[in-house]
Amino acid sequence: MIKSLVKKGEYFDSVSLMIVGKNIAEMENVQDATVVMATQENKSILKTAGLYLSEFDKYDDTDLLIVIKSEMKEKFTEIFEKVDLLLKEIRNKKDDNESFSPKSLETAIKIQPESNLALISIAGRFAGNEAMKALKQGLNVMLFSDNVSIQTEVELKKYALANDLLMMGPDCGTAIINGVPLAFSNAVNTGDIGIVAASGTGLQEVSSIISDEGFGISQAIGTGGRDIKEEVGGLMFIASLEALKEDENTKVIVLISKPPHPSVLEKITSKIKEISKPVVCIFLGADKNLVIESGAIPTETLEEAALTACAMSKKLEISVVQEFIKERKKEFSTIVDKEIEKIVAGRKYVRGLFSGGTLCDEAQIILKKDSINIYSNRTNDKRYALADSWVSREHTLVDLGEDEFTVGRLHPMMDFDLRNKRIIQEAKDKETAIILFDLVLGYGANEDPIKEILPVIKEAKRIAPNIAFICSVTGTDKDPQNKKKVTKILEENDVLVMPSNAVAAEITGLIIKKIN
Amino acid sequence: MKFKKLFDKKIEVTNIGLNVFKEDLEKQGQKVINVEWNPPAGIDKNVLETLENHKDKIEIANKKVLEIILNGKPFLVGLDIARNVIPGMKENLLLHSGPPLTWERMSGPMKGAMIGAMIYEGKAKNYDEAEKIGASGQFEFSPCHEHNTVGPMAGVVSASMPVFVLKNEEYGNFAYCTLNEGLGKVLRYGAFDTETIKKLKWMEKELYPTLKNAVEFLGKIDLKNLIAQALHMGDELHNRNRAGTSLFYRTIAPAIVQTCKKPEVTAKVLNFINGNDHFFLNLSMPAAKVTLDAARNIENSSVVVAMTRNGTDFGLQLSGTKNSWFVDLAPVPDALYFPGFTKDDANPDIGDSSITETVGLGGFAIAASPAIVQFVGGSASDAVNYTMTMYEITFAENNIYQIPYLNFRGTPTGIDVRKVVEKGILPFIDTGVAHKNPGIGQVGAGVLSAPMKPFIKAAIGLSEQLNK
Repeated sequence: MIKSLVKKGEYFDSVSLMIVGKNIAEMENVQDATVVMATQENKSILKTAGLYLSEFDKYDDTDLLIVIKSEMKEKFTEIFEKVDLLLKEIRNKKDDNESFSPKSLETAIKIQPESNLALISIAGRFAGNEAMKALKQGLNVMLFSDNVSIQTEVELKKYALANDLLMMGPDCGTAIINGVPLAFSNAVNTGDIGIVAASGTGLQEVSSIISDEGFGISQAIGTGGRDIKEEVGGLMFIASLEALKEDENTKVIVLISKPPHPSVLEKITSKIKEISKPVVCIFLGADKNLVIESGAIPTETLEEAALTACAMSKKLEISVVQEFIKERKKEFSTIVDKEIEKIVAGRKYVRGLFSGGTLCDEAQIILKKDSINIYSNRTNDKRYALADSWVSREHTLVDLGEDEFTVGRLHPMMDFDLRNKRIIQEAKDKETAIILFDLVLGYGANEDPIKEILPVIKEAKRIAPNIAFICSVTGTDKDPQNKKKVTKILEENDVLVMPSNAVAAEITGLIIKKIN
Repeated sequence: MKFKKLFDKKIEVTNIGLNVFKEDLEKQGQKVINVEWNPPAGIDKNVLETLENHKDKIEIANKKVLEIILNGKPFLVGLDIARNVIPGMKENLLLHSGPPLTWERMSGPMKGAMIGAMIYEGKAKNYDEAEKIGASGQFEFSPCHEHNTVGPMAGVVSASMPVFVLKNEEYGNFAYCTLNEGLGKVLRYGAFDTETIKKLKWMEKELYPTLKNAVEFLGKIDLKNLIAQALHMGDELHNRNRAGTSLFYRTIAPAIVQTCKKPEVTAKVLNFINGNDHFFLNLSMPAAKVTLDAARNIENSSVVVAMTRNGTDFGLQLSGTKNSWFVDLAPVPDALYFPGFTKDDANPDIGDSSITETVGLGGFAIAASPAIVQFVGGSASDAVNYTMTMYEITFAENNIYQIPYLNFRGTPTGIDVRKVVEKGILPFIDTGVAHKNPGIGQVGAGVLSAPMKPFIKAAIGLSEQLNK
C-alpha cells in the first residue's frame, strides 16, 4: 500500500531530497519511496511511477510530498518518523557552521559585499531570473543549471558583455577562475595556459592532463555547450578568447568544443587571426583544415590538445608532440595482446559506460575512425541511435549523464548506482568483450569513487572472468580523490588504466579489430 | 582588458543552489557565502514585470510610507466608550477582527464572541436567542480595521464597551482598542457565559472609569517609548507583553492611587493589571494600528498596512491599493498546546494582533524575546533566524524599536509585498490559538507563516492599479 505525508511550505533543494529519498528507499520494509517538491514535473513523474495520490492535486511548488510504498501497514508511523529525522538532519547540517544563512542574493551581498561571482545551480526555470539579478548586482555568473531557454541565455550574455561581466553557462559545469576550481573542476597547477571551453568534461580532461604534465592553467572559462550554436553566436566564447588574448598571465590558449556552427566558427577564426599567442584548437569531430588557415593549431583529441599546449608553453615545436604520440603507439600492441588473452572467444563487443558527455563523444569519434560502428544515446547518426538507452546493442557507448538517466537522480559523477547496475548488466551479456569507462575526479564528483565502483568490478569479474576492463581517470593527484591512488587500486584489480580517454578508446579499437 | 576586474581580484563566491559546491570552496579555503534559496511564489510573469517596470514609482511611494511609519508617535490619550469615539459605531453594529465576514462563515470562537457581545449589550438573554438575532440580519458586522480599531482574537467590539483612545501625535489620527480581559473564560476566545459577561461589566463599571481618570491625570502616555523599552526587556509585544505590562503598571499606578477615591477599587484595578501579562497587548496593537493607519493610501506603495485574520480568512491591505482586501483561507497555527488539547482542537488563525508583525514587532522581533523561543522550535538561534529572515521581506529597519541581541539593529519594518512573492518568503507571525468551539478559550500558543495566496492577490491588485 502507498501512504503519503505532505509538508506544506517546506522547501528543500532537489539534491538534499534525493539523498533523503535514497536513504529511505534503503530502509527495511520500504518497497519504494519518493520525496519531492510538488511541482508539475514531479507530479507527472509520480504518476508514471504509480506513486501518485489524488490528494496531491491541491499542492504545488512549495509543498513537500513524501510517498512511501510498503506492505507492512504497521510500519508506516515508524517510517515517517525516520523520514522526519532525515529531513531535519539534512537541514541542520547546513546550519551547523553558520548562525544565519541569507535567503536571497540581495542579503548575501550585504553580508559579503566583496562577492564577485555567483555560482547558481537551482532549478532551470528559476535560474535565468536569479542569474540576471546577480548580473544586475555586478556579479560575474557561473550558471550550472540547465533547462534555461536559449533566448534567456542570449539575454543574459548580452547584458553581461555590456557590463564587462563573465557569464558562464547555462549548463556550465566546469571552470577554473583565478586558480579556483568551481563546481565540477579539478585541482590543477596554476600556469600560463588559458582555456575556453564549451564542454565541461572536455575542459576537465584537458586541464588535468596539462597539470599532470607539470604545466598549469591561468584561466579556464566554461561557456556552456550552446554558446557555439548559431542562436547564441559564440558571444561568450569569443569574449573569453578576447580576454585571454589580452591577459598577461596567459601565454598559450586552448579552445575546446564540438564543431561550432559555421557562422560562429568564422567569428572565432577571425578573432584567432588577431592573436599572436599560440592557439590550440580541439573541435571534436571537425575537419582539421577548418582552423589551419587562421593560424590556429588543430588537434584531434583532448589529450593531443593538452600536450600541444604544454609544448607551446615550453616553446617547443609541435612535432615533438606528434613524435611522442607516434612513439607511444609502438607500445600499444603489447598492451593489446595482453588484454586479448583475457577475452574468451565469442565475446566481441565493447560496452562503454561514460559519466562525461564529451569523453563519450571523443571515444565514439576514435572508434569510428577504425570503422567500428557504435550505437549510442549520443549520436547524430540516426542509424546508430540506441532505440532504448537502457539496453546495449552490439558496440555501444552510452553517456549516463544524459537527461533520460538523470531525471530524479544525481549525476553519475556523484551517484554511481546506475552505472554500477549497468556494469553488472553488461557483464551478464555473453557478447561483451570490453567494458570501457571513465572515472572523473575533482571537486563536485563523488568523494570516494573506489568504494563505489570496486565491489562492482569484482562482482562483474566473478560473473564474467573473461572481460577486459579499460578505463581512464580524469583528474590530478591534488584532487580530493587523488588520481595516483585511484589508478593504483584499479590496476591492482586488473583494470587497464590508460593515461587519457583518447588512449583508452584507441586501445579499445585495436582490441576490437583484432578479436573480430 | 576584458573581465579585468574579475581576473585581478581574489574571487568571492555567492553560492545559490547545491550545498556541495559551497562545501568544496570552503575546503579550499575560499571565501563563499551560501544563499538558502526559496522558489518564488507561483505568480503570473506579467505581474512581476509590471512591478519591475514601475520600480522607481513604487520605491518613492514606499519611502514615503516608511517615513510615515517611522515618524509615527503613538500616545495613549484617554479612554472612552466605543459609541462615543469609534467612527461609524452604532447600537446594531458589531466589529470583529480580520477581513470582512458574514455570520454564516464565522468560526466557533468568532460566533461565541458575537453572542457574548449581544448578551453583554442586553440584546439577547442566551445563546439560542443570540444565534437567531445574529442570523436574522438585525446586526451589522464590520472589520475593526475599517473603524480605526483593532482587537485581539475575535476582536469583537460593541457600542457600550470601553476602549483605549490612541493618538498619533505626528499625524493627528486616532485608533481604538478594547481593554484586555486576561486569561481564562474570555470574550475574545469566544466565551459568553455569565462569568465572562460579569467580568466585562466589572471592566465597564470599575476598571474603565479608574483608568480613564488616571490617564486624564497623566495627560498622555508615550507608547512608543514603552514599546522600545519593552523590546530591550525581552518582549516582542505580541505573544509576550510581560515587560510592557510592567512598564505600563509603573507609569499608571501612582496616578490611579492619586485619582481613585476607593481603596478597594484601587487595589482591584491594580491587581487586575498586575495579574494579566497580556494587559499591554491591547496597547501595543492600537499603537501599531495608529502608526500604520497614517501610512495608508500612498499611491503605488507595495507596503502592507494591515495583516489580519478572522478565524476563517486571512486578509491584508496595501498602502497603495486603498481599502481593498486581499483574502484567502486562514491557516491553523503550529502550536504548543495546553495539556489536554491537540491540533484537532485548534481554530484557524484569528485576531488583529498580527498588526504587531505588520509594524515590525511580534514574530518579526522574536529575536528580542528569547523567553518564548520554545514556541518557535526550541533554540534561541531559531528565533534569531526568524527575525533575520524577515529583513528579507521588509523595506526598512526601525529607528526606535531595536533588538539588543542583534547589536541594537532596528526591527524589520514595512512588509514589501514584492519581496514576499519574489523571494517566496512569508511573514512570520506568533500567536495565541483559540479552541474551534465557542466558549472554551485558548488552547495553546505558537507560530505560523502567513499564507501566500493573499500576497499573490495583493501583488496582482497593485499591478492592476499601476497599469491603469
